[in-house]
Amino acid sequence: MRIIQAEAITEAVAKLCKETAYYLPEDVYEALKKGRETEKSPVGCDVLDQIIKNAEIARDEDRPICQDTGMAIVFAEIGQDVHIEGGAFEDAVNAGVSKGYVDGYLRKSVVKEPIFNRVNTKDNTPAIIYVRIVPGDKIVLKLAAKGFGSENKSGLKMLVPADGVEGVKAAVLDIVKHADCNPCPPIVVGVGVGGTMDAAAVLSKKALLRPTNVRHPEPAYAKLEEELLEMVNKTGIGPQLGGTTTAMAVNVEYMPTHIAGLPVAVTINCHAMRHKECEL
Amino acid sequence: MAEKIRITTPLTEEQSRKLKAGDSVLITGVIYSARDAAHKAMTEALARGEKLPIDWKNQIVYYLGPSPAKPGDPIGSAGPTTSGRMDAYTPTMLDQGITGMIGKGSRKPAVVESMKKNGTTYFAAVGGAAALIAKSIKKYEVIAYPELGPEALAALTVEDFPAIVVIDTEGNNFYEIGQKPYRQI
Repeated sequence: MRIIQAEAITEAVAKLCKETAYYLPEDVYEALKKGRETEKSPVGCDVLDQIIKNAEIARDEDRPICQDTGMAIVFAEIGQDVHIEGGAFEDAVNAGVSKGYVDGYLRKSVVKEPIFNRVNTKDNTPAIIYVRIVPGDKIVLKLAAKGFGSENKSGLKMLVPADGVEGVKAAVLDIVKHADCNPCPPIVVGVGVGGTMDAAAVLSKKALLRPTNVRHPEPAYAKLEEELLEMVNKTGIGPQLGGTTTAMAVNVEYMPTHIAGLPVAVTINCHAMRHKECEL
Repeated sequence: MAEKIRITTPLTEEQSRKLKAGDSVLITGVIYSARDAAHKAMTEALARGEKLPIDWKNQIVYYLGPSPAKPGDPIGSAGPTTSGRMDAYTPTMLDQGITGMIGKGSRKPAVVESMKKNGTTYFAAVGGAAALIAKSIKKYEVIAYPELGPEALAALTVEDFPAIVVIDTEGNNFYEIGQKPYRQI
């Protein structure tokens, strides 16, 4: 058994919050540059130039890439041989989010109740936390900062088996077209297929943790990702004001599902595709 | 891209009506930030017959909730938020004399009709270019609703703030114009 202090979890999460807000992952930066090279719309090129320059300013000056520094989503893999000492795991994570968002000059965007009392919690807590217990004596923390300009345009469809791959493609295209210019494209599209309604939705978020330049290990899914990307980039939505770079990548993940179902969840992420992980 | 048009606030209705969808502009002067909660508060105040915290005649509203300023800076990152969330309040607000809106994303037909009537131009700033846009903001001063934090109504002094006319006062929509040549599906 290995002992990990709650304080270490808090510090790690605080650091992740700041670093995700300031530093765009290298693969996303490269994808933006690649998009700029191939973009056909002159206005689209101008928009991409601004987005690339923005990422560079944020990186060089430790400033948030976007003012919406998101809701913190934490995927935690906790080794079953770990004992956490000095506090509860979720409290430690939320203390880290609070510290990171306050000390890092990040925007606090969380309200405590969605309908009747939308009062800001003032430290961006609570985080959305997903925990898996895995073999081993380590903790892996994967943090995604999810802005809501794009989250509001995400969607889910409960297809039936007869809909097949064409149904999946149509569902993704429909959600992307409906999102239109609003989710700050060029976007990254996370697709979760299978499971149940809720599991597909979480899977579509997890899909976004994979780098944009890494395709699914199974050829059928890798091909599907490429076909979906090509399709999405034919919508004309482009980098906000029209063009050919609507998306940088489509990442698909699947899981087993019921004989009667084919759930498809689509999480749309803006060009500020912010995520980072660490190991304790 | 074509030559950029320089705009100095306040923006008169006459000036606003001359702008065309697709025009690139650089805005200098004072603009006012307000988003969801401030719009709700203002339209509720109007419904109660109360006066608004500022006179919106010939002013430009920026849909913004900035991140906090680091020490020594006037403002944190400050890009546009999704304008469509303000659509429910917008016709009421435009009737107060607003001649320009800065945000991102599409608007509802009722907003476009109100823009035609009031001579209001809708500008887009690049969504997510928040650290870059902040460079053109020289001063940030909360005017009302400080309890709303980043959603407070604030006056922003800007210099060469970059934006593009996406919907003009005749209802021409540059989102549609810009997408059409590249739409194959």
